[in-house]
Order: sequence, then structure tokens, then C-alpha cells
Amino acid sequence: MSWFEAKTEKVKIPPAKALWAICPKCGSHFEKAVWKKNNAICPKCNYHGRLSARERIAQVADAGTFSEVFRAVSYSDHLAFHDATGPYKAKVEATIAKSGETESVVMGTAKIDGHPVMLGVMDFAFMGGSLGTGTGERVARACEQAIAENRPLVLFSASGGARMHEGILSLMQMAKTSAAIAKLKEAGLPYISVLTDPTTGGVSASYAMLGDINVTEPKALIGFAGRRVIENTIHQKLPDDFQSAEYLEKHGFIDKIVERSELKGFLAKMLNYWGF
Amino acid sequence: MAKKTAMDCVKLARDPKRPHLKDFIKLICSDFEELHGDRLVNDDRGLIGGFATVGGEKVLLLGHNKGATVEENMEANFGMANPDGYRKAMRLAKLAEKFHLPVVTFVDTPGAYPGREAEERGQAEAIAKSLEFFSRLRTPVVVVVTGEGGSGGALAIAVGDRILMMENAIYSVISPEGCAGILWRDGTKAPEAAEALKITAPDLLKLGAIDEVVKEPAGGAQKNHKAAASAVKKAVLAALKALKKIPVDVLVEKRYEKIRAYGNFYS
Repeated sequence: MSWFEAKTEKVKIPPAKALWAICPKCGSHFEKAVWKKNNAICPKCNYHGRLSARERIAQVADAGTFSEVFRAVSYSDHLAFHDATGPYKAKVEATIAKSGETESVVMGTAKIDGHPVMLGVMDFAFMGGSLGTGTGERVARACEQAIAENRPLVLFSASGGARMHEGILSLMQMAKTSAAIAKLKEAGLPYISVLTDPTTGGVSASYAMLGDINVTEPKALIGFAGRRVIENTIHQKLPDDFQSAEYLEKHGFIDKIVERSELKGFLAKMLNYWGF
Repeated sequence: MAKKTAMDCVKLARDPKRPHLKDFIKLICSDFEELHGDRLVNDDRGLIGGFATVGGEKVLLLGHNKGATVEENMEANFGMANPDGYRKAMRLAKLAEKFHLPVVTFVDTPGAYPGREAEERGQAEAIAKSLEFFSRLRTPVVVVVTGEGGSGGALAIAVGDRILMMENAIYSVISPEGCAGILWRDGTKAPEAAEALKITAPDLLKLGAIDEVVKEPAGGAQKNHKAAASAVKKAVLAALKALKKIPVDVLVEKRYEKIRAYGNFYS
């Protein structure tokens, strides 16, 4: 035993998460109130953190104009899926009870600086923003309603990908949403995709990447395969900025990185250019 | 004999002795003229295509190029396509549309290639575009899942009018190992995950994700390539015959309705 063994008393410290907001990009600590006041944007590195679907809607839609649709379209447990941690049904019901949302995308009609739109916002807190059959159904219905009412579609993505618990039919939502987007475009209607942190897997590989324009926020994570999967495949370390918004813009897959404070104005400006 | 489990099917689907794209081409096509490149950066070897004659029918044939040997697989990334592969597939399918020829795709991939360049060249965008593109292509599309239908990388060339699947093939949103690693936090629980995900042809038929199961010779396609290929050829030709009768506007609208109905449990 070492002669300088220190004797310390065990003090119960509350977990850091309870007191501090920690920026996932630069690791800086802030008082939670500071983080919130700064609209979940890191005061140090300008990473644009995650918002709930409702927070996002409040920031983008004109006050009092958002009218939710398809709320009854929720999840489906057609596989009676059960994993090591329990049944899918229990997990998703707990998420519904906690969040008050019934699927990972909230849809509605709204106005953005007076422009009528179909507005969809994904919520990463709902099962990791995963694309289930209900999510895909809402996106497809949104496209169809947009066509019927001659509205542009503005869709905010935040997702880890397809929802495994719904098996092959969650994968098929990638086809379904992409087909519906194709019809929307054929009808001559605009589709603005806003890819927020994080948008990966099956959602980035379907409707999120299909915008007439694709925009994002500073430092958002956007990609197809996960960083670790790629590192394990190619046995190389990837650059720090790999799959960041800035990296995607550099490689030509993002039209513009927009600061959160300017996002609403930017959307309205584009709709105005296009005569909607 | 014990009942075949989902994991038994996974093993059969991945059996290196199973017929792969080049075997099917040899056994099914009286002619195949491969065409190369996406006209942008590359000629992906993980996904190949060209014009082919199958039982007297002229078609465009596309497929994941999984190989039988290490050398073949090194060249073709084990049938994992890069974005260039999906862009090549769209370019060739557009040619088929122009000349009123149907498209036949062969799906056999662990997934889209997870690599640095693949991400830099837009793997997500290429898959997304492919889904959008094939949903509106104005010519018949017949899909055959022959081995591993690995997630988005498979689906990118599996949007069509008639989806066939070989009896021992698998088709899944995620590999059983990947799913077990995430939801069981233990990769060795892949057999449980395979069962839970419902990835075998009969299960997928029940779920409406595919249209037809193509029977394999006793013991599996790896035991008799010729018989396996002959069953696939017969099913493809029957599908083509039916689809060619449908006027193209109707065909595309029916395809939309089919895709639109995937997992619509909602009134």
C-alpha cells in the first residue's frame, strides 16, 4: 500500500447534469439558465443544441397560427417487439406519457411571416427521433395535404434513423416518404428541409436530404453511417469535423448553414423568392 | 429436423457458396453488356449494371456485386455500394426508361458502404435520391432480394412494382448483430434480434413488404445454383409479362399506391 494514501471523505455531489448544461461539442459548462436563455446555443462554440418540437414551432411559426394535424397517427407494434429491456409498447407508451407527443414528428399547418405552409418538426426526445410507421405516415400525409392545399412543405429533421422496433416496415417508410416528396415536387410545390442536430441514418437517407434546398444550423451532426461504424470499417481516425454541418456544406450537400436567430427570416425569404 | 430459425436463414443468406449476382447473370442471361460509371467521379464496383437478355426479354439489370472469393469481395467492397454506385444505377435506369425497357434489380448487400469518402460524396443523399427516383421511374421495375437485404443500402435499389424474395434471403432495417448490440447491448444476442425483427421471406410476405417468395432447391440455393437461378428466372419473367401489359401512367400510380400502403395501420 502506498505511504501517501490519501484519506478523503465521501461527499455526495449531485450529478453534474443536474446543475449544469454541458455543451456536447466543446464540453463547456454553463448554468442551465444561461443555456436556456441563449436558446440552447453554446455561448462559447456556437453549437446549436436540440430543441423540442414545440419549442421549435414556437420559434418558427407566427404566433397562434400552428394548427396540429394527424395527432391520432401514432406508433404501431405490429411485431409485438420485445428486447432485453422490455416490450417496445411499454417504452413508447412511457415516451408518450412523458412528452405529450404521440409520434416523433409533429405536423401542422402554420404561417411563417405570413406565408402559409405545412410545417413538420421532429423531436429527438421521442424515441431518438426515430422513423416509425406513424412518423412516415405523417410525413406522407403532410405531402398530400400540402398538394391538396397548395402549401409549401417545411420539415425540420432530428433523428437517429429508422425505428428498429417496427422492423422492415420502418425501413419502408424511407421509400414511402421519398415517394410522397417526389409527388409534392411534381406538383410544383417547394420543400425546404432543415436538418437539425442530429440527422442520421434512414432519415438523412430519405426525406431529410431531398429538400429543394437543404439547410442546417451551426455544428449540427448530419450523416448516414455512424462515426464508430466507419472507423471500425476503415481502421482510420476521422477528422473532428467529420459529418458536421460545416463539413457537409464544404462537400456540397447543404445549401446554407443558418443561425437559429435568422432561420425564420431565411425561410420566409426563400418562400418569397419562389412566389409562395 | 428442428424448425429453421431466423438465424439459420441469416447464415444461409450469407453463405459464401450461395449464388451471387455474377452467377445469376451467367445462369439467367443469354447476354449481358455491363456499362460503367456514374459520369461524376467513379465506377463503383459494389453495384453494377448493364443491358441484358433474359429469356428473350431485353432488360436493364442492376445488382449488388457480392463476390464468392476474398479477391472479388475486396474489389467490390463485399457488395456494399458507394454513392457512386447508386448514382450509376439511376443513370442506367434512366436509359432503360428512355428506351422503354424494364429494370430488374438483384439485391444482396450487408448495407451501403460506411466509409469516409462515401460520406463525403453523400451516401445519404444518393440513397434518398434513388428512393425518390425509382418511385417515379416510368418503366416496370422488378426487384429480387437474393441474399442479404441490408437496410437502406438494399432499399435504394429495391423500390419497384413487384418485389420477389428468395426463400432463404433476409431483408431487414438493421443487421441482427447491429440490433442486438443496440437493443440487447450484446452482439451475441443476434439470434434473438433476428427473431424479433421478422426478417425472413415468409414473415415479410405477411407484413406486406414483399410480393412473392421464390422457392429454393432443397437445402438452399447454395446446393444447386442452376435450379435456384431457374426459379428466379421464371418468377422474373412472369412478373415482367404482367407488368408490361399495364400502361405506364397506371403503372407509376399503382407503384405509388403500393409504396404508400407500407405500414399504413392508421385510419
